[in-house]
Amino acid sequence: MSDVAVEGLPAQARVAGAMQGFSREIGALSAFRLESCIHCGICADACHYYVATEDPQYTPIWKVEPFKQAYKREASAFAPLFRLFGFKRAVSAEQLEHWQHLLFDSCNLCGRCSLICPMGIDVAALIEQARHAMFDAGLAPKELYDKAAHQRATGQPEASAEPYRDQLIAIGVRFDVRIPLDESDVDVMLCIPRTDIDHYPGAVAALARVMSHLGVSCTFRSDGLIAENYGYYAGGREWQRDISLRLIDTAIACKAKTLIVPECGHAYAALRWEAADLYGKPLPFKVLAVTEFLAQELGAGRLRLGNATTGPTTFQDPCQLSRTGGVTEAPRALMKAMGVDLQEMRNNGSFSYCCGGGGGVVDIERAAPLRYRTMEIKLREIDDTGANTFLTTCSDCRRTFDDAQRHFSWDKSPESLLELVAKNLIDAGAGR
Amino acid sequence: MDLLSFARGPALKVALAVFCAGVVWRIAAFALLRIRRDLNRPRNSLFKYLGAGLYTIGTRSWPHPEFIRRTGAGEALGYSYHMGLFVVVLLFAPHIAFLGSLFGITWPGLPNSVITVIAVISLTLFLAVLFRRVTSPVIRMLSNFDDYFSWFITMLVMVTGLAATAQIGARYSTLVAVHILSVDVLLLWFPFGKLMHAFYIFPSRAINGAILARKGAAS
Repeated sequence: MSDVAVEGLPAQARVAGAMQGFSREIGALSAFRLESCIHCGICADACHYYVATEDPQYTPIWKVEPFKQAYKREASAFAPLFRLFGFKRAVSAEQLEHWQHLLFDSCNLCGRCSLICPMGIDVAALIEQARHAMFDAGLAPKELYDKAAHQRATGQPEASAEPYRDQLIAIGVRFDVRIPLDESDVDVMLCIPRTDIDHYPGAVAALARVMSHLGVSCTFRSDGLIAENYGYYAGGREWQRDISLRLIDTAIACKAKTLIVPECGHAYAALRWEAADLYGKPLPFKVLAVTEFLAQELGAGRLRLGNATTGPTTFQDPCQLSRTGGVTEAPRALMKAMGVDLQEMRNNGSFSYCCGGGGGVVDIERAAPLRYRTMEIKLREIDDTGANTFLTTCSDCRRTFDDAQRHFSWDKSPESLLELVAKNLIDAGAGR
Repeated sequence: MDLLSFARGPALKVALAVFCAGVVWRIAAFALLRIRRDLNRPRNSLFKYLGAGLYTIGTRSWPHPEFIRRTGAGEALGYSYHMGLFVVVLLFAPHIAFLGSLFGITWPGLPNSVITVIAVISLTLFLAVLFRRVTSPVIRMLSNFDDYFSWFITMLVMVTGLAATAQIGARYSTLVAVHILSVDVLLLWFPFGKLMHAFYIFPSRAINGAILARKGAAS
């Protein structure tokens, strides 16, 4: 197992410290969730890792077993009895090293398990919290840790061949669209996944084109540009806060009233549903997913769309946007407005299976064989729709499916819904 | 003092005292931990997401259609024996009389023959639950002493109750005493183990459901 050793302390001391920290910081809600589990195992049936492998260790609630153990031993109502009689042993370094595979390599934080629990437990929220303790114990996977450290220090997860500012300008030239950059006193600040800049520049151009078409006062900012948050993936709560703060401070500096998160699921989760808690107060601006913003514009009559000729089309709901983020109807409203012949997958919307790459899993090299195995469920569902076109609104989903296309010699590649919108813009006054 | 007097006298008083104090302490121990305020702007109004939380109490009583093929049978088994237990506990005439002596109110019950049939069915389902726990790799892996002891003590209450009703194995008063003693043990164990889910299930569904609905997410 590759992990990141925190210098100074031996492994067991680090683990003990992390588990005590977990128990101290657990809070009433997480404690209640741990207390409520009745060991029914039903959550296994929601998890694509279990469904694909039938391996019981992938049961979602089992992924937090050491943390349940630590809570009962350190902080529960009868913790002294658990310690006195040895009912719950202290969590060992070896145990947590094994759990690194369960918490990072085989969990996308997709939240499907949270919809099946008969006790109503949000299992994914517990797993996310367990990742924090893993980070504190020095057990974040190296790929995620390194990217988080780099992003915290520089604003981007990896060094880029050219500064992203220059790349944005080049995208503007290549796609013949004005890229608003480093402006102040704007209504909207835009951020962008570095995955889009590196792999899907058409999505960057589409975002700029749509905003320009709508006449929105907006800007990208080179001092707060990258939407991804590897601190969120790695479990480093303070690092996640520092990475979010870069965007928050920049949005405040340019006086934006709205921060638009482009097609990136976890960036939306980190900024929309977690950033204010880390910031310590409500954000002084709104955070909207781009599809959410466009659906609002559509509803207000400011956005008009022509018919898209995509043929039978299916749609991949990014977990952090739809299931855990609440942005399920907005993309469907946009597709409906473009007359898209939507062929839903068997499990869709809030119940959709994850692409398999979420939660940082697509970045973890050793996780790839298991990821491919679990992805087969999703690829089969997509194929079963009979759709020729396959849309999504998350760059990590696109990257994961494109990787699957190469691995399986699959005949489909996901396309961006935002790019489809940009191709089908109609002037608001046209046809009136 | 004979066994029956002991079982429904001092033993029951001690068991009830431990039960009440233990339940309160078990809940207070986590409820008094820090409650973090969610500072992120809600998508839905307070009224709407609290309502959705209450709605989740009902909707989580049965699997969403997407899950039913994989989990429907297991959940049906679980709910069936729970319902059987409730019927027997609350609608068996001697139980109503006993609860009436404790709380001062009574209500109509079901005929003994009906109760006996329901009790036998519940007991059979409860055996099936244990079979499932030991044969399912997932459930077996998750299970610990608490799961098996809670099952055992609940089973003991059911078996001694049926034996007393059928008057098999000893004098009626002895059988009733043993049955009440088994209930005393169940009350003593209750706050320490998973039987606490009786208090957790509805608040857990409501709270988690409301938190998801605050974001506009499905619950």
